[in-house]
Amino acid sequence: MLWLRQLPDRYTRMRLDRLKPLASLTRPLLALLAAFVLTTIALLSSGVAPLEAYRLILFGAFSTPVRLSDMIMLAAPLLLCSVGLSITFAGGLYNLGVEGQMIAGAIAAMVPLRLWPDWPPLLLWLLAGLSGAAGGALWALLIGGLRRYAGVSEIFAGLGMNFLASGLALYLVLGPWRRQTSASLSGTDLLPRELWLPTVDRLRLAPAAPVIALIALVIVWWALTKTRWGLEVRAVGLNPAAAARLGIVTARRMAETLAACGALAGTAGMLQVVAVHHALIPNISSGIGLLGLLVALLARADPRWLLPIAVAFAAFTVGSIQLPLTLGIDSAIAGVLQGALVLFALATRARR
Amino acid sequence: MEQLLIDLAAVLAAASPLVIAAMGETLSERAGVINLSLDGTMLLSAMTGFAVALITGNLILGFIAAALVGALVAAVLGLFSLTLGQSQTAVGFVLALLCTDLSSFLGAPFARVPGPSVPFTPIPVLSDLPVFGPLFFRHDPVIYASLLIVPFTAFLLYGTRLGLIVRALGERPAAVYARGVDVTRWRYAMLIAGGALVGIAGAAFSLDLKQGWSYRHTFGSGWIVLAIVIFGGWRPWRVALGCYLFAALELVATRSQSALPDIPTQIVQVAPFVLMILVLALVNLAASPAAARQVMRLPAFWQRPLLAAINRLRATAPAALGQPFERP
Amino acid sequence: MHIAVEHLTKRFGAVCANDRLTISFAAGQIHGVLGENGAGKSTLMKLLAGYLQPDEGRILFDHAPRRLSGPGDALAVGVGMVHQEPLDIPAFTALENLLCAAPPGVFRSRRAAQTALQELAERLGFPVDPAARLDQLTVGQRQQIEIMRLLLCGARVLILDEPTTGITAAQARSLFTALRQIAAEGRTVLFVSHKLEEVAELCHTVTVLRNGQVVPPGQLPMPQPQEYLLSLMFGEAGAEPPIYRPLPLIDAPPVWELHRVTARSGTLQLVDLNHRFAAGRIIGLAGLDGSGQQVLLRLLAGQLAPDRGRVLVNGRDLTGAGPIAFRQAGIEYLPADRLRDGMIGALSLTDHFALLQGRGALVDRRAAEEAARQAIAEYQIKATPITPIAALSGGNQQRAMLALVPPDARGILAEQPTRGLDVASARAIWGRLQARRDAGCCVIFASPDLDEIMEYSDEVIVCFAGRIGPPIPRALLSSARLAELIGGVGFDALVEAVA
Repeated sequence: MLWLRQLPDRYTRMRLDRLKPLASLTRPLLALLAAFVLTTIALLSSGVAPLEAYRLILFGAFSTPVRLSDMIMLAAPLLLCSVGLSITFAGGLYNLGVEGQMIAGAIAAMVPLRLWPDWPPLLLWLLAGLSGAAGGALWALLIGGLRRYAGVSEIFAGLGMNFLASGLALYLVLGPWRRQTSASLSGTDLLPRELWLPTVDRLRLAPAAPVIALIALVIVWWALTKTRWGLEVRAVGLNPAAAARLGIVTARRMAETLAACGALAGTAGMLQVVAVHHALIPNISSGIGLLGLLVALLARADPRWLLPIAVAFAAFTVGSIQLPLTLGIDSAIAGVLQGALVLFALATRARR
Repeated sequence: MEQLLIDLAAVLAAASPLVIAAMGETLSERAGVINLSLDGTMLLSAMTGFAVALITGNLILGFIAAALVGALVAAVLGLFSLTLGQSQTAVGFVLALLCTDLSSFLGAPFARVPGPSVPFTPIPVLSDLPVFGPLFFRHDPVIYASLLIVPFTAFLLYGTRLGLIVRALGERPAAVYARGVDVTRWRYAMLIAGGALVGIAGAAFSLDLKQGWSYRHTFGSGWIVLAIVIFGGWRPWRVALGCYLFAALELVATRSQSALPDIPTQIVQVAPFVLMILVLALVNLAASPAAARQVMRLPAFWQRPLLAAINRLRATAPAALGQPFERP
Repeated sequence: MHIAVEHLTKRFGAVCANDRLTISFAAGQIHGVLGENGAGKSTLMKLLAGYLQPDEGRILFDHAPRRLSGPGDALAVGVGMVHQEPLDIPAFTALENLLCAAPPGVFRSRRAAQTALQELAERLGFPVDPAARLDQLTVGQRQQIEIMRLLLCGARVLILDEPTTGITAAQARSLFTALRQIAAEGRTVLFVSHKLEEVAELCHTVTVLRNGQVVPPGQLPMPQPQEYLLSLMFGEAGAEPPIYRPLPLIDAPPVWELHRVTARSGTLQLVDLNHRFAAGRIIGLAGLDGSGQQVLLRLLAGQLAPDRGRVLVNGRDLTGAGPIAFRQAGIEYLPADRLRDGMIGALSLTDHFALLQGRGALVDRRAAEEAARQAIAEYQIKATPITPIAALSGGNQQRAMLALVPPDARGILAEQPTRGLDVASARAIWGRLQARRDAGCCVIFASPDLDEIMEYSDEVIVCFAGRIGPPIPRALLSSARLAELIGGVGFDALVEAVA
């Protein structure tokens, strides 16, 4: 599976990039322009005034405090996932299983919350966080195991585990954890109010979520650039054979990157439970994991770019939610814009 | 017996879009290009095919439009990976998500609208044959096409000079270049031809199997096709077998639903995907060098047949799959 | 076909690989092209075969100028090139290789192609099985198939780039016979080499390249005095005598001990090995490719676990412990493909030293950079501590890989340590390896180049068809005897004599 190892080592390239600030700006701008051209064509073809749509997509998230807080609550798990994925990218793996790891984290986080709802909330949140991270990491390690022992590429192992995780969530929501009134696809019973992560009055903003995401970002940036572990992970990602010759246990490093990414995705899943939905719903991951892959690809897994891009993407998604109501068009246009941005950014990175 | 025939015929029918898409993917991967955008491409072409057929009232135009969409997405993948040198995996993945969202956005007016579908056309005389009649000759043209495309692809790859070039493109493009073949142009050609097949497969969903378009109605089949191509070792007959196996799993799941009403539908829908990945894992595990080592510990009597079986299971990917071509 | 080039120039950046070359090659003869690495031989051949396009000047085929757009175009004109590593498709059979993208109209059918292949094989004296997959064949056999493919596809000029590297002496003999036959039929053969003896044996004329120019201008008829050709190739300072120092270390402790080891890799099985590899010597592994040298090296590096028997390193039983344990015991493996298996191309020398630091959660960048600086000075590596390894030349990469060997290494396993290096770089590498040997290290290396084995080994081990011979002191061995042993002549007697 050699084709998976084509990510360049940014850490070496950074120095070169810094030398040409102008040249390094024109290309992203070109990508931005191309993405907007494509999105505009899509908008025009469905008969909408593009400017009005863009006003909502780009700035809708900042129009009211509620939307702003929604955006932050989306950006937090998105950042967690993309931070996790920047670890697996450094290790040379395409972890498409991030979606399933988030679901596994959400399910695992539910366990202590359901078992001991009477315990002090602080302890329960801590337990839920640990359990969510462990659940996500375990789910990711299964992918590592499939890759190492059964030779299934992590892409397909990850996709399979995604299907399995969503099946498991469905089963729990409709089966053992179903609502007391009647089983419903809308999720389990809501958690007791005191177990919700503290939320700002009249907003849906739980400040702990973005704080956790930012802390994770800083720690991972530090780990990848400053520690021996980070250097070894990058070495394994760039050339596993040579890394092994230099004495690095490659299989272990790969498993660790997967577990780290899974733990962060699991934490994101936990936040979805205790800070956003306050219940387990079948679609608890809501595509955030895959969106995180787009963020990580666009940022080239560079920790400095992850935050702004994750915020921008979250803003697009939240802003576009109003589209069906105000303009009568589907909100998937935000996904079109996000995908096109990454696509054209890849194109402008072409080697000459 | 009667019931078994009906079931088998249903499996052939349900697998038809998968088989067509899998042959398209096999073609491009054999030429060394992995088209990871499969799921998105199928959705976008399913939507386009349905919309065009609905508006024009012409099924053929619908299929042509779907094929063009598939070819176009493949061409974009080619432009970014073959010409601009980006990772095929990354571009394919982004295209998969982009096309999915495009299909949702552009297809909103067509969701859950009744529309045309491919008519049932049993073949006269042949359909009255015992066993073979109900199995193979009481379908519609899309299913007949899916039955024919497997031997066609196998013949193309293994029986023709063109097939030699296609396989060589995936094994060692530098050698093909040394023989005067324009590697990039031919990879484009195979990628686009494969993409067109994937597009047709998308239309086979919306105009035939599901008879209509709705959001994400392939339910991830594109991803499973990618896994099946690996499972099938890039060999058309085995790949087709994988598709039929998957369709059979889906059928069993639906059947078990009526037998076990307690299990929710959604889980039944997910089960075949999980089982398919499990099968892939088991086959790979059985064909791994570790398994061969275990066999070596067995008495000599067993070694030979078991090692032969392992060798048959083992699937080696085209050596240059996913790698950029550099002139020697 | 007569070929001529006029004022042919090809530049790569600032380097002028071919500088206004004017030469002509007559039909029906074998023309040697000599020169050291980097002299511009390969560039010239690639220009003639369409792989590169000239910046200036022109190529004339039978006195008619023609621009070649690619190798396919060149073959249509009648020029075919056999690369050092044949450009064929390993997953295909010989027949499929022949048919793949063959010019239209050459082969009517599969059967016609097979008949043509077998007839030509008989005429040239190459044994060939049209149904054999190429990845089951040796480089020499693949080269034969490639030559026949080019001839059948209409090549009237055959270019061979270092064809005797990596093939057996017997295969080289049969190649020479075939090339004489091909020339006698009126075709032109260009034989690129840096081995004087071969050119002297085979060629009618010789052209010497140095620094991208022909010296002296024009072709020389063969024979020529060897010293004269050497001075043309290397300039006046060339042709130093080889360094050879016998080392009287007899009772050195063993680094490796193999006790009744049986190991298997692919189709090759090494049976019942009992060897001791002592410290303080250089041991050369000689043999045809695929005779067991690579398997032995991988076994000694811990990459291959034996099916039976015990492997001791420095007296400790490390049977099946894995490469990391071997490495910790002081065993260093230097692969032939430096960038694929040896080092991480995108990382710098500093990063590599940081990886070797081993302990501590944080990277000590300052210490790593200091170590890199020292290595650069000591090993004369042309690089800065932060240059990515991939940006270094082959010789500098090899030096960097040696510099990364920890000072306390007890055993070094080198697979083709001077592959692709020019003479000066190769000497420098050997100087380093000899210094390691003198410091008490056991160096085991494999090389297809018998001269290298004879020049640098203290002991030679011959591998033949998966059998590993006893170590023979270099002083007791002649080149001719070694060549015989590699071909299996007298191998059994040697093994019995020691037993």
